[in-house]
This record gives sequence, structure tokens and C-alpha cells, in this order.
Amino acid sequence: MARRLASLAAVAALALTLSACTSGGQAKPSSTGGTSGSTSASARGTVVLVTHDSFVISDALIAEFTSKTGYTLEQRAPGDVGALVNQLVLTKDAPIGDVTFGIDNTFASRAVSNGVLAAYRSPAEGTSAAQFDLDSSNNLTPIDYGDVCVNVDHGWFSAKGIAEPATLADLAKPAYRDLLAVENPATSSPGLAFLLATVSAFGADGWQGYWSQLKTNGVKIDAGWTDAYTVDFSGSSGKGSRPLVVSYASSPPDEVPAGGTTAPTGALLDTCFRQVEYAGVLAGAKNPAGAKAFIDFMLGDSFQAAMPSAMYVYPVSSSVKVPDTWATFAPIPSSPFSMDPAQIDKNRDGWIQKWTDTVIG
Amino acid sequence: MTARRWVGWGLVAAVPLAFLGLFFVLPTGTLIARGFSTGGSLDLSGFGEVFSRPRTWRIVGLTFLQATLGTVFAVVLGIPGAYVLYRRRFRGQWLARALVTVPFVLPTVVVGVAFRSLLAEGGPLGALHLDGTLAAIVAALVFFNYSVVVRTVGGFWAHLDPRAEQAARVLGAPPWRAFLSVTLPALVPAITAAASIVFLFCATAFGVVLILGGIRFGTIETEIWIQTTQFLNLRAASVLSVVQLVVVGAVLGVSGAARRRRERALHLTAVDAARERLGRADWAPAVATGLVGVVLIALPMLSLVLRSLRTSRGWSLQNYANLATTGGRGVLTGTVWAALGNSVRTAVLATAIAVVVGALVGLVVSRRPRSRSGRRAIETLDAVFMLPLGVSAVTVGFGFLIALHRPLGLDIDLRTWWGLVPVAQAVVAVPLVVRSLLPVLRAIEPRLRQAAAMLGASPWRVFLAVDLPMVRRALGLAIGFAFAVSLGEFGATSFLVRPDRPTLPIVIYRLIGRPGAENLGMALAASVVLAALTAAVMMLAERWRPASAMGEL
Repeated sequence: MARRLASLAAVAALALTLSACTSGGQAKPSSTGGTSGSTSASARGTVVLVTHDSFVISDALIAEFTSKTGYTLEQRAPGDVGALVNQLVLTKDAPIGDVTFGIDNTFASRAVSNGVLAAYRSPAEGTSAAQFDLDSSNNLTPIDYGDVCVNVDHGWFSAKGIAEPATLADLAKPAYRDLLAVENPATSSPGLAFLLATVSAFGADGWQGYWSQLKTNGVKIDAGWTDAYTVDFSGSSGKGSRPLVVSYASSPPDEVPAGGTTAPTGALLDTCFRQVEYAGVLAGAKNPAGAKAFIDFMLGDSFQAAMPSAMYVYPVSSSVKVPDTWATFAPIPSSPFSMDPAQIDKNRDGWIQKWTDTVIG
Repeated sequence: MTARRWVGWGLVAAVPLAFLGLFFVLPTGTLIARGFSTGGSLDLSGFGEVFSRPRTWRIVGLTFLQATLGTVFAVVLGIPGAYVLYRRRFRGQWLARALVTVPFVLPTVVVGVAFRSLLAEGGPLGALHLDGTLAAIVAALVFFNYSVVVRTVGGFWAHLDPRAEQAARVLGAPPWRAFLSVTLPALVPAITAAASIVFLFCATAFGVVLILGGIRFGTIETEIWIQTTQFLNLRAASVLSVVQLVVVGAVLGVSGAARRRRERALHLTAVDAARERLGRADWAPAVATGLVGVVLIALPMLSLVLRSLRTSRGWSLQNYANLATTGGRGVLTGTVWAALGNSVRTAVLATAIAVVVGALVGLVVSRRPRSRSGRRAIETLDAVFMLPLGVSAVTVGFGFLIALHRPLGLDIDLRTWWGLVPVAQAVVAVPLVVRSLLPVLRAIEPRLRQAAAMLGASPWRVFLAVDLPMVRRALGLAIGFAFAVSLGEFGATSFLVRPDRPTLPIVIYRLIGRPGAENLGMALAASVVLAALTAAVMMLAERWRPASAMGEL
């Protein structure tokens, strides 16, 4: 008897907890109203954006989106791009949002083949954007692109009187021994992009041999971009000991001191891998019309123009101008390495496994 | 025990059980179950697959090795620290007590970068060649967890009646002998409590292992993260999660057994008036504590403060002034101060939840029922609430997403509920609250309670008159710990937080992930602010003394 009473009590308490949670959940819309600060904002409802943890949108742009479309924007950012895609796959039967941004060409096939996305062709997608299309299915709309390249500390090389390397092959030469820091492709997105660059440069048969050479040549492997760039790279404010690091083509402008006319660092444009980031309507979205409106907005001039400074990427639209410092200090590589996303998706895990065997042993 | 009392304690236990069930067991269990089902049927072939890889065994071995070393060093160094900081008194002690807690909340990515800057080739300590070694990982683990030992053991030690030890001294025992044969056995429950927490923290350490260990030192935790977030290999992740649970279970079993052998009611004093001044006889623990404090804690923190004051144009407060901006080129949505506000609000909620839930658990678990089944139920309950410390934040974070849409068939969607962030932080903080309260609650002489009850006091009145006065200091400690856990929590928060309302660690992580001296400078300055806030909260928690026990809970 006593035991039954106890379990009854437990059930009652659980119900109480749950009802408290439900009311909390329902109270949510009123608590989010504060960010947009407008009562007409929710006139057409809310669009929920699911993105990665590097996404930034200013309050001014959110307000512009709301005044143009009547939708309120709500954001979720459940981790890096890998975590984002995997969460979308796991929640595809009951999506946690309406629209997604930030799936890149290294994860695009996983999202598409798992049926996470609904097809949408944005009328705002011009010809300059269309050249970045993933395929003809219209599941994903290109929004921006960027290049992962080896960055070089100009000052280090001029002080030593050594010529800077230019190509991937140069990096394996004895003259550049112990000078390069890269990221682990299993834990880092630029690390994976650099691995893909070497696979596409040296082919399925040659890339492991190349990495053995890099290993012999003293390559330093770090877990992520932050410790490679801020601890090991000599060209960052961390003043590390290695003058070569895998980073982005867009990193050098940020190392130019205020008012400076020359960049202390640069990107080696023959070592780059092209990353394209996409947006898409989530299959089963509660608000597909709002999702489409947000994709159109992301392709519009005001959002595209804000991308370089906020997210360190190039806009896909040719009708907006990139900042002057970018034209000077962050030139776009003319022929970066690239790879079919389906091939990346098929081989990613196997390549990382082989890379681990080759480099760590 | 009468039926009425069973119902009473059942009710007290029901609230925390419902909390843990909904916000931990359900999400984690659902995700692990997903990894073991193929097309709707149970598939355990993942075990064979994962365990046939030599890498798995290496990773399990490394996890044990680094967690064991981290725990042993934290305990061995922490006991003298607890003595100096809580059993003796000296000028500036309150400051020292607050400062040792600061590392506990620092974002791992900042600590990783700070340690590596010292150890990397070309760094000040580069000649030691410690970069990417086990020694570097263990040093960082001790840096983070030293305060757990100092505070958990110290909080208990401060209450220990010194007369037993004094009697031993009067009878001619030298100080070390009196310590080993009288004091140390009495401290065992607190030491095992601290050691089990530290072991679980070390075994699930993520950021420092990745950054300081390079690629050779993967642990179960880093492997779960890779398999879940990068490879979407839930089969492998689920197997590893089960391994994690087995490790947690084993650790709790061992520490529980060690504790039960020693645990008994002790003479506790409600006020720690018995503390003597730190004197010449205390040179050994004082030197040990000083060395740890300076070399392991003060030096890394000082280098962090100095770096936050360095800019391209020399020494200045520019990085701190920038905290009112949104970063180099607007890489943040709001200012760092706004994030600090979010952090404090979230931490207040999380602390309130954790202290209520943790105190209820502590009350139930500190009972000593006469029946065997009653004792066993209480041991199980005790262990269950420790689980969240030993399970991967990735498993919990992903579990929330797949389990909290219509949980238990109810038509609600908790996945996007704003309260999930403080709740997730509270889940991690509850074990610390329980561990801070339990050694004291368990050591209270049960005859005191029985006497009060005999004299006609209701259970509530017994609690107010007997338990609460003894537990007040421990409660302050628990509140401080819960607040610190919440302020510093990154793993689960990063999966759940709304990007337009980030907490301070999220913002720091974001700033340090961007190029440019300005962003790195802001990240370091923001870390110093986080550290200062933690120290301030800890000082308040230390000094927290309700004027009267009545009406304080």
C-alpha cells in the first residue's frame, strides 16, 4: 500500500513538473517579442532559422527582414556545421525549424540524401549565384563561398631571406621543414577542407604519400583552427613559431593594423579549397512560406553586402561590393581545388580514417 | 518505518526523480537506444564492431590513465590546500579561497590556448617539450579540479570537532600521526566524494584533451563527439556511451564502498570557531599549498590577465573597452556585457533549480533506513544523481533534440523551450550540490534528530532545528558551486542556447574562433571578467550566513 501511494505521488509530481514546462513553452512567443521590439512583427508569424555557431545577423538586418516580409526571425544554432547537419537528419520527422543556413559542400550530400530539405528555387538567385548551385535539384540555394588556404607570415620569410612556398608540393620540401601547422580533419572544418584539397591535387592514389612527406617534413597537427592560428602561427597576435598555417583566404585583412597599407600575412592562392555555404527549406517546415522569404532575403543586397565583415565569406551575388580591404588583402583564388559533394560524402569517413593511419600511425 | 513516513520521503524523492528522468534519463536513453536499433529491431552488433578496433581499447585505456592521474594529483595536492584554506585561518584567506575556484569556470578553449602558449615550441616553457603530452593534459585537469577537492574536503573539515585530534596530541602523538590515525579516517567520506567528482570531470574532459593532447590522446568523450557530430555514427557513439556509463558505475561503486567503510556519525560543530591561526608547525601544508597556488593557478591566470592587457599599441584597457562592442567587425550579435547579463540570469535560474533538487536528493540520501531494501534504494538514488557528470554533453544535447518533442506522448515540444538551458546546466550542477551537502548531512548524529522528534517536533521542525544549522556553510558552498558550474558550462549550452542570447562562454568561444588581434584580445578580456565574476560570487557564497535558520529555505 505504502509503495503504491509513493508511486502515485511520483506520478503526480511528474505531471506537475510537466505542466509547469508546458506553460513555460507557451509563454515563449511573448518572451521573444523583446528582440524585435515591434508588435506588428508577428503579424505573419515566426520563421525559425537553424544554423551553425558561426552565423551572425545584425539586429538592423533582422528588423529589415521583418519590415519587408512581416515575419519575425527566431534563430537556433546547435553547434558546428557537422552537428547542424546531423541534428537536422535526426530530427527530420519533426524539424526544429523552417529554414536552414550553413550546410556546406562537405556535408551537403548527407543532408540531401537523408531527405532533410524541400526543393525551392528562389527568384532572387541570379546567374552569379547559380554558378555555385549544388545540383539541379534545387534542394540547396548557395548564399556565400570562401576558400581554405595556407596562410603565410610574410615578415618571417623576408627576415630569414627564404622564398615563400607557393604550392602544396612546396610544403613538403626540406626548405620548409617544421614550418607548417594544420588542423585535424576529424575535428576541424578547415582541416577537412585542406585534406580534400590534397586529395583533389594528388589523386586517390597519391594523397597519402604526400601526407607521409608532410609528416617527415615536421607538419604540426592541431585539434582546431583556434589553437593552430592563435598558438602556432607566427603571423597572428599569438606570435607562435610557425609561419605557415591552414586558415582562410579571408583571414589576412584582419591582421592588417589600423591604417596599415600592407598586409603582414597572405594566402597562398594555389593551395586553396573552395567551400560553398547553402540555405534550404526544411522538409516538413511549419512555415515554408516564411522559410522561402528568408532565403530570398539572404540573397538580397543588404544581407549579401553584410556577409564579408560578419562571417568572413564572399557573397555569391555579384551585385554587391566587397570591402576595399578585401580587394587589396584577400584576393579570390582563380582556380581553387574543389570536389563533387557526392564524392566527399561517400569517402569522407574513409579518408579521415586513412589520414589518421598515415599521419598519426 | 511507518507507511506515512514512506509516503513522505517518497514525495520528497519524487520531485528530483521526475526532474532527472525527464531531463537526463529520457534524452540520453533515447539517443543510446537509437544507436542500437536497426529498422526497429535491437541490434547489438555495434559492440563487436567497436571493440574489435584496437583504437577503442587504446582510447578506453587513455581515458582511465588521464582521469586517474588527474584525480590522484588533485586529491594529493588538494588535501593540504583544504587544511590551509579551511582548517586554519590567515589574513587574506577569503581571497585565496575565492581565487582557487576561478579555474573551475574558465572556458576550456581559453585554458587550452593559455597552457599551449606557455608550452608550445618557442613559448616560455617550450624547452620542457610538454606540448602534446600526457603531462600537459594532467596539469590542466588538476588546474580545473583542484578547487573541487579543496572546497569539498575543506567544507567538511571546517566542521570537524578538533578535540579528537587534540586528545591524540595530548597523549603524545606527533602531528602527522594524529592526522593519519584520527583526522584522515574522519575525512574519508569527503575525500571520496571529491575524488569521484574529479574523476568523472576528468574522464569526460573534452576541450583540454583535444587542444593540449594533440591527436594522440583521444578519450571516450572526444570519440563520442567525433562519432556523433561529425560521422553521424550513432552505433559507435552508443556503444561508447554505454562504456562511459559502465565507467561511471564502477567509479561510483568503488567510491561508495570506500565511503561506507568509513562513514559514521561524527562530532560536527555548527560553527567553525575552532580554527587556529596558521602557524610555524603548519609549514609543510602551507608550502605545498603555496606552490600549487602560485605555479599551477596564479601563473596561468596572471598570464591570462597580462595578455588581456596587451594590445598592438602596447599596454592598455582597450580590450576591456571593446567589451561594449560587438567585436572586430560585428562578429557578435550583441555586446559582451549583454552576454554577461544572459549568463547571470541563466545562472540564477540554474542555481535555484539545482539547489532545490540537490537539497531534496541530499535529504533523502542522508537517511539511514533500517531495512536492507531501504538502504539499497538509497544507495541507488545516490548513484543515479551522479550519472550526469559522467555522461557526454553531446549525448545529452543530441538526446534533448530527439526525445523532447512530445516527451512521454504529451503534445508539447520542449526542444525549443527557453528554459532548457538553465535546466541542462542544473542537471550538471545537481551532483555537485548533493556532494557538497551529503558529507555533512550524513555525519549529523541521528540521535539528535531522534531526540527532537521524541520531544514532539515535526519532521520539518527537526530539519530546521537540527539539519539546517549544521548544513548552512555547506549550503553556501553548494550555491556557489552551482552558480560556478552554470557560469562556465559550455558543452550542453552550446547545443541549446539561442544565438541571439548567448552566454559568456559561448561568446568567448566565438571571439577566439576568429582572426584578428582585436577578437583574441576581447576573448581574453571577457575570460578575465568571467573569472572575476566567479571569484566575487564565491566570496559571497563563502560569507553567506543566514541571520536565523528559520524561514531561510
